[in-house]
Parts: sequence; C-alpha cells; structure tokens
Amino acid sequence: MTREVGRSLPRLESEAKVTGRAEYIHNLTLPGMVYGKIVRSTVAHGRIRRIDASQADRLPGVVAVITAAEVARIVQDPYYGPAFHDQPVLAVDKVHYVGDPVALVVGEDRDVLEAAADLVAVEYEELPAVFDERAAAEPGAPVIHEVIRPAATFTDLKNLKPASGSNVAMAYQLRHGDLEAGFAQADYIFEDEFHSHQVTHTPLEPIVTVAEPRGDGGLDIYTSSQSPSFVRMELARLLKWPENRIRVRTAYLGGGFGAKLYMKLEPLAAVAALLLRRPVKLSLSMEEQFYTITRHGATVRLKTGVTRDGRMVARACTIWWNGGAYADIGPRVTQKSGFTAAGPYDIPHVSIDSYAVYTNLPPAGALRGFGIPQLVWAYESQADLIAHRLGIDPWEFRWKNALRPDRPHATGTLMRDAGVLEVLQELKRLMRWDEPFDRGSGTRRRGRGIAIGLKAAITPTTSVAIVNLYGDGSCAVYSSTVDMGQGSDTVLAQLAAEVLGLDAREVRIVHPDTDVTPYDMATLGSRSTYHMGNAVLRAAEEVRHQLRAIGSEIFKCRPEEVELQDGHLVAGERRVSFKEAMEWRFGMQAGNLIGVGSFTPTYKKPDPATGESEDITTFWMVGGNGAEVEVDTETGRVTVTKLVTVGDAGKALNPGLVRTQLSGAALMQLGFTLFEEMRFEDGQVVNASLADYKLLGMRDLPSSVVAEFVEVGATHGPFGAKGIGEVGSLAVSPAVANAVFDAVGVRITSLPLTPEKVLRALKEQAGEIWEEVE
Amino acid sequence: MAERRIAFRLNGREVSCTVRDHETLAAMLRDRFQLYSVRESCAQGLCGCCTVIVDGLAVSGCLYLAPLVDGKSVETVEGLGEEGRLDPVQTAFIEHGAFQCGFCTPGMVLMSHQLLQENPQPDQEAIAHYLSGNLCRCATYPEIVEAVRAAAQGSHVAKEEKSHG
Repeated sequence: MTREVGRSLPRLESEAKVTGRAEYIHNLTLPGMVYGKIVRSTVAHGRIRRIDASQADRLPGVVAVITAAEVARIVQDPYYGPAFHDQPVLAVDKVHYVGDPVALVVGEDRDVLEAAADLVAVEYEELPAVFDERAAAEPGAPVIHEVIRPAATFTDLKNLKPASGSNVAMAYQLRHGDLEAGFAQADYIFEDEFHSHQVTHTPLEPIVTVAEPRGDGGLDIYTSSQSPSFVRMELARLLKWPENRIRVRTAYLGGGFGAKLYMKLEPLAAVAALLLRRPVKLSLSMEEQFYTITRHGATVRLKTGVTRDGRMVARACTIWWNGGAYADIGPRVTQKSGFTAAGPYDIPHVSIDSYAVYTNLPPAGALRGFGIPQLVWAYESQADLIAHRLGIDPWEFRWKNALRPDRPHATGTLMRDAGVLEVLQELKRLMRWDEPFDRGSGTRRRGRGIAIGLKAAITPTTSVAIVNLYGDGSCAVYSSTVDMGQGSDTVLAQLAAEVLGLDAREVRIVHPDTDVTPYDMATLGSRSTYHMGNAVLRAAEEVRHQLRAIGSEIFKCRPEEVELQDGHLVAGERRVSFKEAMEWRFGMQAGNLIGVGSFTPTYKKPDPATGESEDITTFWMVGGNGAEVEVDTETGRVTVTKLVTVGDAGKALNPGLVRTQLSGAALMQLGFTLFEEMRFEDGQVVNASLADYKLLGMRDLPSSVVAEFVEVGATHGPFGAKGIGEVGSLAVSPAVANAVFDAVGVRITSLPLTPEKVLRALKEQAGEIWEEVE
Repeated sequence: MAERRIAFRLNGREVSCTVRDHETLAAMLRDRFQLYSVRESCAQGLCGCCTVIVDGLAVSGCLYLAPLVDGKSVETVEGLGEEGRLDPVQTAFIEHGAFQCGFCTPGMVLMSHQLLQENPQPDQEAIAHYLSGNLCRCATYPEIVEAVRAAAQGSHVAKEEKSHG
C-alpha cells in the first residue's frame, strides 16, 4: 500500500502561485543590472556588408552596442547547438533568417533601447533564400550553411553525420522486413501526402536570462531554462572554462513547452556580462519569441499496402522536417521521432526516410510531442482514409492492426508495457463509439473521429538526485528538474515521501542550481517522472538505508525490522523521531544523512544501415484522442463539441496532475489544429503577435473536455510510472480531421483546419467554383 | 522625459511616487512597489497577465499609463484576501488545480474575483465571457471554470450561513 504515491495532492507551490508570489526569473533584478535589446536581421539570407552602430552608441542611456566583433573578444569560436554547432552568438558575416540576431544594444533604460536598436544600421548583400522543406532539400537549392559541425554532446546524437554542401542536415533511415515483398502482398496501395504547418510555443513568461559576472572570475546565470545542466556544459565549452566556474540557476518557469531548451539567450547574456563586467538581463518580447524557436513544419508522404481484410502489410514513410535556419534539436526529432513514423501498428515491412532540412525560416526545435504530432497527423489521417475505402469501422481498423504486447515494433524493439490496446478500448468507451450518434442536419453537420499515437522516450539520458535529511529530521530533494507547470516538484516530493514515510508537503524541493543540484539531462520529452523519479527513489532509499542502520542500533534489531512512518523510526512498539535518530547519531541536532541516486536506462544504438535496435527506448508513450465536431457547411467553421484524451500513465503518481497534463496538452494541440499558424512572407513572420496569432482561449473550449488515463505499469518506472506531459497532444489533429470527414465527407490534408480550407473543400466536393476575391 | 508625482490608493494603503509620463502601470507596480503578480507578457493588452483593478475596473497594466492612476484606487492580487487568509477564489483555484505554470494565475484570480462581485452566480457562458481576455498557455481552462463555479457556490453557501446565523 502506498500512502503518498497515487494521491491527488495539490501542487506544493499552490499558495505562491495564487498569490502571485511564485518566483520567476522574469521578476529578477540585480544591483547594477543593465538590459539588452537584440537587433535582428531584416533579410532572410544575406551577407553582412557593414554594421554602423555610431548613432545608437551616441544615444543617452546606451552603454554599449555589441556585434560579432566584440563577441570574439570573449568567445573565439562562437558556434553552439545541441546537435550541430551551427548557431553563432551573434551573426558572423552571414544572416540565415529574418530575425537572426545581429547585434545587441545594452543600456540602463529599457525604453531607450527600443529606439537604440532601430538606430543600428546594417547593410546586407541579399542571397537567394529557400523556405519550403521540399524545395530546400532539392539539389541546386541555395545552400544555407556551407559547413556544419556535429556537437557530440549527447551519446544518442554522436552518430549523426551532417552532410555539408546541402541543406539536408541529417538523414535517418529505417529498413524493416522486405518492402517490395510487402507491397506485392497488398490488395490495395494508398499513397498520400500530409502537411503540418509552423506553430510556436509562446510561453506567457517569455524567454529571459540574467548573467552576472562574479568577483572570483566565475559567472552566474539565472535563466528560464528547461535544461540548466546543458546550459552550464555548453557555456563552459564556448568559454573554454571548466564547468565549475559557471553556476546556472532557474526558478519556476512561466511555461516552457520546449521553447526554453538547450541554449537560447544564455550565450549572448553571458558574453555581454563578461564584456561589460556587470549583470545583464535579456528578455524576449512576445514578438521576438516567434523569431527564436518554432515547431517544425513537415511534409509526410505515406505509401501503405493493405490486404482486402484490412491488414497493413507494408508502409513506406518519407518525412521532410522544416528545421529553419539552425538545427537546434531538429536532428534528434528527425531520428527519435522519425523511427515511429509507421505508427503503433504491426506492419511487417516498413521503410522510413526522415530528413532534417535547413531553410531560411526561424529555427525549429522541440514542442510538446517532439515531432510526433506531425507524424500522427499523417498516419492517423491515412488510417481513416484506408478504413473508409475498405468499409471498415475506423476503430476496428486500428484495433486489428495495433501492435500487441511482445510484437516487434518497426525498429525491432519488442512492444512492452505499452498500452496501445488499453488506450484504444478506453477511447472507445469514452467516445460511446458503439452508441447512436446525432449527425446533425441542414447546414450543421456533426461527425466524430478518433486517432492514436505512439512516442518513444528519448533514450539514453541521465538524471541524478540527492536526498538530504537535516539535523532536525526534515528533508530536502536536490534535483535539476525544472517545474514549468507540469508539477514535477510535487511528484518528486511524493516519491521521496513515500520511501521515507513522510508527508510530501513536508519535503522541500531545491530548485535547479548547478552549484548545488546534480546533473539532469533536461526537462523534456515527458522524461522527468520516469528518470528523475527513479533517481529520487534511489537517493531516498539510500537515506532510508542509513536511517534503518541507526534504528537497528537504537532498537537493537535487524535493519529490515525498522519501519519509517510519519517521520519516525518504528520497530514494534518502539518509536523514535528522525530528529532523535539524528541526535543519537551525531550527538546533537546536527549532521546530514545524504543519499545520491542516479538513473541511466539501458539502450542499444540502432544499426546505421537498417535503423533497427532491440532496445531503442526505455518506455513507450501511448496517447489517443477522440473528437466530436459540428461543421457549419455555409462557413466551413469547425466547432469541436467534445474532446476526449486518453493516455497510458503507467501508474498515475498524482492522478489530478496527470489529468490536467493530458487535457492541457490536448487543448494546446487543439489550438494548433484549428487556428494557430505562423504566416510568412519572404521569410518574414507576418503575424508575430498575440493579436494576429490566435491562442486558444476560454471561448474556444469544447463543451465537453474529458481526460482519462490507463495504467499499464512500466517495468522500470518508479512504482510503474511513465511520463505523461506530451501524451495528450499526440493525436488531436487527426482525430478532429477524421471527425470533419465523418461530418461532411471532405478530407483536409494540410493543417490547420481553417474555415476557409474546409469551405473550399466543401465547394470542390459540390463541384462549385471557388471565387477568389483579391 | 517629464516626470510627475502621483498619489493613489494601492491595495488599501495610500501611497505616492514619481513616475515618468510614458511609464506603464505594470512597470510602475513592478519597479517601484515590487508587485510581481503584475506581469507583462504580450504587451498588447491581449493576454491578461498584467491585469490590475483600477477604481473597480479591470485594466491591462501594460497599456494603462501610470500617471493616470493619480487619485485612484489600484488593486492587485497581492491585496486579495484578509489578514493572511486566502480569498475563496484563491482557495478554489488550489482545490481544483486551476493552474499549471502559474504565470497567468494572478490575472485569472483577479478577474474571477471581479466576476463574482458583479455576478455571484455566473453560468458557464458568463464565466467564459468574463475570462475571455485572459489566456492560459497551459490550457487549464476546464479546471479554472470548475474553480470559479466552486468559489461561487462557496460564497453563496457562506452568505446563506451568515443570513441564517
């Protein structure tokens, strides 16, 4: 029986958040601090001829204007990035997209900086630019990066070999079975192409970093980062310093969703602070977030062979990812997400070709789902196309083809602890799939759709945690996991409390501070509950071991006879508090009992030729969505009336937080599905503001939002738990599009599902001519 | 840059300070009064993170000029609740898990509080209408609606108890 685990405890920081007192880097000011404003490229691709900062420099209140020339005084080789070292601290000779940072204006008065940035005159020699991922991958396309260097920071990315002289930054391939033979067995072959558009994270706390040079020659970084350990490592590499000269601290994040990963403002803030020898704060405006990081647009082509009775026998997947001007983590998306492109289905013959492509658009990186929603958009839209053509119920088609336990995934890894069947069943139940459905009438047509997605946890990665018991018996967990709203503080406290017989609300979570908290790869990819959860468990178990040893001496019994309950050591009738145990051990209220836990899952690198591996991931994430929609046939407007989300939680450590994560992810994805879309003209984002880029609001809420989980325990998860943060987002888009098809019989293959697109398709279906009004 | 001295009521206390003509209310409250619940995010009055109540009316602190509060009454979420006790809206937000990252929460709480003052028993439509200017990127909307309903129920019950008592 667990006491802390499985309990819907409110977030530990609840009171701080509802009173507005929670700590964010957004709020940080330091004595003597100056602010910076980035001067950005106005052309999509070009050589920098000249930068004239003299007018800006003369403006009262401006302290300095920094360009690549000044950066070179601090960092000789200014290129960084988690996959490839392709992104300079400030543009060197060339700019690669509209919005590329070219210079930094620094001053005491934030209002003056806006004007100062406009006064920095930059002359460009424009070069041909390319924006579409397919066009950019063609031979003869303008080459965006002449030379690309791999980073080799993460083991799983070490084998990525960038192809210089082309915009295809990386190509991943998987070959499973015999594709030709598979298509020969098929009675029908379906070939379809699906497109996902660029969207962006827009965390409401925009990306922010403060850098402060220390008197001892070190550097303190306070940053809204999801990856403090990586920031320290990568800054140390740039500066050619040992890691221990840099201290990186975070606070609560006002949202992250992948935008605040790896390095964003940290290198520029660090360089500015070291040049000026004073604290520098860089804060992005909401507009600038659109120029900083986006989600990959993608073109996915699927060729699927199916037998008459509805079994998929062969599938060829080709994916072009629009990576934008810098690779960021795109190559990992290309590989790690790429290998799931055939879906959660038992298909004997599969090929996958996945291409990371540079274009002259803002860089694309990780956004809640790490490329999977773009893939699920394709394979779950096609699943319905196939089912419809074959006259099979869409749910039955999925059930028939679903990967059963112990069957090999296309990578060769056996499906274990993956709730594909359980999620499908729960989805069917919550959608009342077998019951009659009101299909509407007249100009209001109703339909429903489902979809299911599969994601592999990024493997291998490491998390380390420390559990510290203080002299009074109170307890703290030291972890570099960043709580950006997902509730990791609460769940980690629950895990430590469970092991130590404490109430989770009494456990203090020490926030990431690389001088204090140990290494964690990053807070991303739904990995923290599983990886950091395991590390915290192990650390807490070490402390429990030490407490039991003390208890066995006090009680003169064997250590395993000592129980930990309510902050006490208990053996039969005898009880001493942790405080008394510490006094017994150290002679007074003093000392520490420290446990260290570290977790790195097993992994086998895929064969470079076939992409196969018998141990490709440490756990599978499975998420399904269902939607009921109403389509207005006169306007093309789609209203989602019911949105169902089901995720496999492994074991829900905090059911309330799990449900909120599932429904939050699904609703965010619903915005991406229906209206969010970055629009570009000649590479310039033309809707970089919340006025023109619509986020999902209260008014857009479906009248019924249902989020549930199934629990298919993960063998190596803490108490069987898996990560859940992205799971709700995986299959929303195709579920809605399938419902639109069910309602009005039109198939939209390109996101988002705008009224214009739906209306156009309806008109085409009716054989009516669409009148373009200029 | 012109500066002026203004005096106003801030969370129930008389205060005064010198502000520049172009200074926003959000900047003044943060820089001079350390009221960090007022958060500039979109800077266009569209997200609701900088919501402030001026003379009983919700305004966007990022668009409202600081000199204009001279002689007025200004409330932020820091002023909510009495003697260290949370307001029922805040309690309901906690009980219903109506936030994730917490960045939009002060604005949401203030607007919900304001809504219940004007309309103690709001229906779904009234809640959606009133909170449509506050964005939550974590999309905790269903929980927020539940929390507002619960707070309404709670204040209703509390009032009945009072009248019976």
